Amino acid sequence: MSKRRIFPLAVALLSFLYAAVLLAGFVAPYDPAEQDREYPFAPPTHLHFIDAQGTLHAWPFTYALTSSPDNFAQYQEDRGRVFPLRFFVVGENYSLLGFVACHRHLYGVDEPGRLFLLGTDGYGRDQFSRLLWGGRISLLAGLIAATLSLSMGMLVGAASGYFGGFVDDVLMWLVELFLAVPWLYLLFAVRAFLPLHIGPTVAFLLVVAVIGMVGWARPARLIRGVVLSARERKYVLAARGFGASHFYLLRRHVLPQTMGVFLTQAALLVPQYILAEVTLSFLGLGVGEPVPSWGNMLGSLQQYHILASYWWMLVPGLVLVPVFWAYHVLADFLHERVEFGH
Amino acid sequence: MPRESNVVLMVLAILAAATWARTDKSAPGKAGLQTTTAGVGRYGGRLVVSQRAEAKTLNPVTAVDRPSREVLARMHADLIHINRVTQRTEPVLAESWTVSKDGRQYTLHLRPGIRFSDGQPFDANDVVFSFQVYLDEKVHSTQRDLLSAHGQRITVQNLDPYTVLFKLAQPDAAAERLFDDVAMLPRHLLGKAYEDGTLAQAWSLATPPDQIAGLGPFRLKKYVPGQQVTLERNPYYWKADAKGNRLPYLDDLTFLVVASEDAEAIRFQSGDTDVISRLNSENYALLAKDQESRGYRLEDLGPGLEYNFVLFNLNDDTAGRLPDVARKQSWFRDVKFRQAVSAAIDRAGIVRLVYQGRGTPLWTQVTPGNKLWLNSRIPKPPQSLSRARELLQSAGFSWSKEDKLQDRSGQIVEFSILSSSSNSQRMQIANIIQQDLAKLGMQVSVAPLEFRTFVQRVTETHEYEAAVMGLLSGDVDPNAEMNVWMSGGATHLWNLGEKQPATSWEAEIDKLMEQQAVTLNFEERKKLYDRVQEIIAEQLPLICVASPNILVGSKTGLGNFRPAILDHYTLHNVEEFFWNRK
Repeated sequence: MSKRRIFPLAVALLSFLYAAVLLAGFVAPYDPAEQDREYPFAPPTHLHFIDAQGTLHAWPFTYALTSSPDNFAQYQEDRGRVFPLRFFVVGENYSLLGFVACHRHLYGVDEPGRLFLLGTDGYGRDQFSRLLWGGRISLLAGLIAATLSLSMGMLVGAASGYFGGFVDDVLMWLVELFLAVPWLYLLFAVRAFLPLHIGPTVAFLLVVAVIGMVGWARPARLIRGVVLSARERKYVLAARGFGASHFYLLRRHVLPQTMGVFLTQAALLVPQYILAEVTLSFLGLGVGEPVPSWGNMLGSLQQYHILASYWWMLVPGLVLVPVFWAYHVLADFLHERVEFGH
Repeated sequence: MPRESNVVLMVLAILAAATWARTDKSAPGKAGLQTTTAGVGRYGGRLVVSQRAEAKTLNPVTAVDRPSREVLARMHADLIHINRVTQRTEPVLAESWTVSKDGRQYTLHLRPGIRFSDGQPFDANDVVFSFQVYLDEKVHSTQRDLLSAHGQRITVQNLDPYTVLFKLAQPDAAAERLFDDVAMLPRHLLGKAYEDGTLAQAWSLATPPDQIAGLGPFRLKKYVPGQQVTLERNPYYWKADAKGNRLPYLDDLTFLVVASEDAEAIRFQSGDTDVISRLNSENYALLAKDQESRGYRLEDLGPGLEYNFVLFNLNDDTAGRLPDVARKQSWFRDVKFRQAVSAAIDRAGIVRLVYQGRGTPLWTQVTPGNKLWLNSRIPKPPQSLSRARELLQSAGFSWSKEDKLQDRSGQIVEFSILSSSSNSQRMQIANIIQQDLAKLGMQVSVAPLEFRTFVQRVTETHEYEAAVMGLLSGDVDPNAEMNVWMSGGATHLWNLGEKQPATSWEAEIDKLMEQQAVTLNFEERKKLYDRVQEIIAEQLPLICVASPNILVGSKTGLGNFRPAILDHYTLHNVEEFFWNRK
C-alpha cells in the first residue's frame, strides 16, 4: 500500500533532478570549468539570517571569505562585508538547453562575494555547479545508454524468439559471447587506440555507446523468453492462420506483451548504467577534464588527503543514493503494475 | 664460599662480555677511522623507511632504478663525496687529493687501514678494479656515461697501495664531483665474475649476504621478496664519532616496500616507518595536523632541484610520420608563441593550488635551491594575458568571432598536453595551464597517459604535441645538466637526437656548456652558465613553471637527522642517526 504513496514521490524526485540538470546553465551560479584560484577547497558557504550584531534579517546573506596566506584552504568569514542572496543575477554566459544564449542565473551574490553551496574543489571550481553539469553527463548517459541497449535487446530478442530455429541459435550464441567478454579491460584497450584529444562530446558518446553495447545481451534474453511464449498463444496462432504478416503479428500481438519487461528493465538498467558511467569516469576513461561528470568528480577522492580532509568532495557519490532509490521504486512499481497487470 | 665465587665469576663474565661488546664496536683497530663532527649518539635500535617499489638488484654497476640505488648507497662508499648539506665535495675514502696545474691529473690518497664489510682490506687495487669495471664498454654500467661525459676518457693507475692517479683527457671543472656515488667494489668478490664476463648478473637480491661486501655503513642482512630489504651494521665501517665510537649507531636499517605515495604517508603517520622523504604538500598538510600527538616532526626544506615544465614537440623527424603534429609545429617553433604561452601561465596559482604554497615559481631551470648557480637576474614577470595576446598578435595570430585563436592561414590553434596520469601534481599543473591557455582562445585538452606510454611517446615515438614533465638534477653542478642542454644529449627532450644544433641559440648553448665544463675558475663558469639560463628563459624550449619544496619527516627522538635538498634527502648521513630513547 505504501508503495503507492512512495511512487509519486520517486517520480517527482526524478523529474526534479532531470529538470535541474537539463537547466544546469541556469540553476548553477558559476561556470563549471572556471577556476577561482583564490578559493581552493573552500567549504560550503554559510547562508546567514542573523548578522554579527545579532539582528535578524528577513533575507539570507553571506559574508566575504578571506583565506589566510600561510595556511592552505583555511578560510575565515569577513563579518564586515555582507552579500545578500539575489535571484536572477547576471553572470557567465551559457546556452540554455543547448541553443538559447543566456547570462541570467537562478541565484548568486554580487562580486566579489562568493556563494559555493557545496564548497569548491582543488581548483576553486564551484562544486554545486559542477554537480549539476556533471549530472547532465551522468544521468543522460544512463538514459541514452539504456535506450540504446534496450532497443538492441528488443530487436535481437524479438527476432530470436519469434523466428526461432537457426536465427535463434546464432543470436543466442552471440548473446552468450557478449556476456562473457571482460568489458572493462576491453575498454582500456579501446581507449588506448583512440586519438589523444577526443573532445568531450566524442568521449561522452563513446562511453554511452560502450555501455549500451555491453548491456543489450541480458534484456535480449528476457525479451526472447516473453516472445517465445507469446507467439504460441492461441490468438496469435489464429491471427497467423488468417494470414497476418510477421510484421503485423509482432507489432499487434507479440511486442505489446513485452512492454512490462521492457519498462521494468529500463528502470533497472538506467541506474545501473549511471553507475557504469561513474565508474568509467572515476577510472579516467570517461569524459575528461575540465568537463565534469559525477565519476571524474569522485576521481579526486583517490587521493588520500582529499578523502580525509574535505567531506563535500563526496557529494557526487551521495547524490547517487536518492537517484538509485527513486529508480528502484519505479522498477518495483512497474514490475507489479505493468508486468503482471495488477 | 663456592657460591660467592660463582657470583663473582658471573659478574666478571658479564663485565667481560660488556667490555668485549664495547670494544667490538671499534674492534678492527682504530687506524683508518674518519672522525665526524656530528653529535655523539648511542648504539642500538633499528630504522624503518619505505620505498615505493622493490629494489631490483644489489649490483651497483647495473642498478638504475631508484629503490636499488637508495639501498646501495647505504651499503657502499665513494672516494670523494658531495656533502648533501653543504653541497660541496669532501674527502671520504680518499682522505686527500691533489690536482695538477692543467686540471687533468688527480692524485688521490686513500685512507689506510680500511676494510670491506666482510673484513677484507681495501686498497688501490680495488679502486683500479672498480674503475676498470665502470669504464668497460661491455659491462654497460650506468656510471660510464657520467665518467666519460662529453667524450673525455679517464685512465686510472695505482702508484702505491694507497695512492691512485686519475688522468683526464681534458680538464674538467667538476671532476671531483664525478666520484660521488661511484661505489668502490671489492675485487676479491667480484674479480672472478668480471673476468668471466658475468658481472652484470652478479649480486642479485638472491645472493647470500656473505657474498656481498661494501664500504658503506650497512651490509645486507636479509631480503624478503616483495616486502623488505634489511641491512645490518657494518662492523668494519671507517667513520667514528668525536669520542672514537665506531659508526653507525643503528643495528638495523629496513627498507619496506609501500606501493603508493599516499600509502607511504599513512604508514609514516601510523608509526610503521620512522623517516619519510619526498612527502607531497597535500599529505604534508594532512600529517602536520597531528605531529605532536603522534610523535613525529615534519620539515619543509625549501625548494629542491626539481623543475617542472611544459614543452612543445620540436622534433624534426615528425614530418612524414605525423602530419598533424608537423602542421602544428609551425606554431610551436615560433618563439613568440612559446613566450605567449609562458606569459599566460599563472605560476603563482600553480604554486598555491598544486603545492599548497610549498613551492617556488620558476622562469628557468635553476631553482632557488641551487644557491651557487642560480642566475638571480632572470626576469620573473607575473602572469599577463594582455602581454600574451600582444605576442601572439605580433606573430601573426588572430582571433575568430568566438574568440578562438587562429594562425595566419585561419587554422584554429588546437593541441593536447600529455601528462602522466599517476602523477596527480603534474596532472593538476596541466589542468591549470589548460584553463590559462583557454583564456588566450587556444583549444587545449589534457591527455592523461599511463607513465610508461607517456615516456615512450615523448622520448621514442615523438607522438605528442605538448607535455607537462619534470626533471630532477642529481647535483647542483651544471655538468649534471649536460645531457639536457647539449643538443646531442640523451635528455634534450624537445628535440631528441639532433646531429647538429637545429637553431642558433641551441648552438650557443652547446658552446657555453662545453666551455663551462672545462673552465676551472668558478666565477667564469658561473658567467657562462648564467648566460645559458638567460637563453632558456628567453627561448623557452622548456617552459619552466614551478618547483616543489622538499618535505620530509622523522619520528621524534631520532638524533642527527639532517635532511638536505639533494637526493637522497634524508638518509645521506644514516650512519650518524641514533635513537634518543628506545
